Amino acid sequence: MSRSPMAAPRSFLWTRRVFLTLLTGFVLLPVYVMVSSSLKPLEDVSSRFHWLPSNLTVRPYIDIWSTVPLAKYFLNSLIVAGAATVCSVVIAVFAAYAVSRYEFRGKRVFSVTVLSTQMFPGILFLLPLFLIYVNIGNTTGIALFGSRGGLILTYLTFSLPFSIWMLIGYFDSVPRDLDEAALVDGCGPLRALFRVVVPAAIPGIVAVAVYAFMTAWGEVLFASVMTNDATRTLAVGLQGYSTQNDVYWNQIMAASLVVSVPVVAGFLLLQRYLVAGLTAGAVK
Amino acid sequence: MTTTTASAQPGERTAGTSSPGAARERRRPPGRIRRIGLPYLLLLPALLLELLVHLVPMVIGIVMSFKELTQFYVRDWTLAPWNGLDNYSMSVDFDAPVGAALLHSFLVTCAFTVLSVGLCWLIGTAAAVCMQDAFRGRGLLRALFLVPYALPVYAAVITWAFMFQHDNGLVNHVLHDQLGLTDKPSFWLIGDNSFVALLVVSVWKGWPFAFLIVMAGLQNIPKELYEAAALDGAGVWQQIRRITLPSLRPVNQVLVLVLFLWTFNDFNTPFVLFGKAAPEAADLISIHIYQSSFVTWNFGAGSAMSVLLLLFLLVVTGAYLFLSSRSRPAAGSAEASRSVKASRTSEEGETADV
Repeated sequence: MSRSPMAAPRSFLWTRRVFLTLLTGFVLLPVYVMVSSSLKPLEDVSSRFHWLPSNLTVRPYIDIWSTVPLAKYFLNSLIVAGAATVCSVVIAVFAAYAVSRYEFRGKRVFSVTVLSTQMFPGILFLLPLFLIYVNIGNTTGIALFGSRGGLILTYLTFSLPFSIWMLIGYFDSVPRDLDEAALVDGCGPLRALFRVVVPAAIPGIVAVAVYAFMTAWGEVLFASVMTNDATRTLAVGLQGYSTQNDVYWNQIMAASLVVSVPVVAGFLLLQRYLVAGLTAGAVK
Repeated sequence: MTTTTASAQPGERTAGTSSPGAARERRRPPGRIRRIGLPYLLLLPALLLELLVHLVPMVIGIVMSFKELTQFYVRDWTLAPWNGLDNYSMSVDFDAPVGAALLHSFLVTCAFTVLSVGLCWLIGTAAAVCMQDAFRGRGLLRALFLVPYALPVYAAVITWAFMFQHDNGLVNHVLHDQLGLTDKPSFWLIGDNSFVALLVVSVWKGWPFAFLIVMAGLQNIPKELYEAAALDGAGVWQQIRRITLPSLRPVNQVLVLVLFLWTFNDFNTPFVLFGKAAPEAADLISIHIYQSSFVTWNFGAGSAMSVLLLLFLLVVTGAYLFLSSRSRPAAGSAEASRSVKASRTSEEGETADV
């Protein structure tokens, strides 16, 4: 993994130092703006920018919950992203297990089709999907359009192709003799999957779950078309802080920070799994 | 030297004769009948969902592109009259306003994608290579670098939108007030500058993904390669050029394609940065089609444009995969080694059975 222990020349060390320092600045600049502006009163964020806040206040963090029903949006996002993640991971595990462990007709067609959906522009199926959901609602009474269920269904398919693809690679790296042995011991294929293969592939599964959650938590286009007042998610809800007369930048920054904390914290805690999962699965 | 090549040959031959192992793999232990349906059963949920959310809507989208679908027919789109290729001929009539606007948007998107993918790849690779060796604070830095990727798009992009504000943004404060580079504060979210603003945000948001993938790819380069190179007296720069970059080729092949597709189809970044109507200089194709469908209520034309976009992406992806697999003779040997590995594990499995 790491290069030889031979001492690197100064030219390399200096290039590295300068480059990484500049990059850190670039990466952290918006984070700094977000944090510092969220602690300023409205007058300060509406006038010329200042690096250091002169009047510190936590007022924006209190106001964000009343300016828009942020708690409701938060809950909606949590339900939608959580459910989409769980379903997506379970379905991807099944599909990847089938492709990784069985020979069957149509295997190649399946893999290619699933991966190629990655290249569809979302805009192409936004309107048809909208019409399908409305039609399903009219004929069967199952409300998909405007409901959380419809959004969950949509989001879980967004992360599905990549999840399946990554898990196939990961399952391939789990030695076959493990589950073959379980089969010989009298386990059914499904028990072999859950008792042997899944535990051995936990890093890959965690990586896939992180990816699925982030995909659902951050999506904007479908959320803005397919939700109503009751089911609005954070992606759309955050637009409520800009009104005709005022843009509450300090509250926008505070709310952005609040909605980012769960995903960023979760991501940073689990990122080593993501790297491990990518190493074994996708990048091989 | 000759002896080494000679001794390497038997190894290659074993790789070639691994196909019987793969054939043996197909012979299955008892319980076969139950297993035949099982893979299909396992695939069913994924298949149904892909059908419902991706494939059927895509087919409907293609059908709609041949219809005159305006707001009058939204209640029941099947009633809309057919109009043949009218939507297409309108979209590609580059002398008329609609076609000209589409062409402009397409060219803007191409320029934007090339620049964004190139920069994301460059920064991501450079950062991953810089952090290949352990140094103090590497773990912390790696976590920091992944923050833009982890942040929800809307939270990150809305912060950039604030930074690019004319009166109260950070960018104008630094460039105009502090450095005095501009005569007067510039507009970043309207006019020509908006292209630059969009590019900066897109690169900021996109490079950590390249970093992540390249970092994972670097872990698969055998350490012995570097040790051998160091013994031969190759310095760090040479090792990067001769070992690291060539070894990353298969990873880069996928990475560039994925970055290309994501960037070309990106909707979220311009939508949050500019709102529903993007400035002309940053009128990415997704936003343009959204605008054509939902703002002017001409869904037929919007669908035709989407289909054209899909065709373009298909052609580019196909050509890319064709060219990159042809220009990489090593691909065959990689496949071979992979199948050797697979057959080896299956053989081990069989011995375990016995």
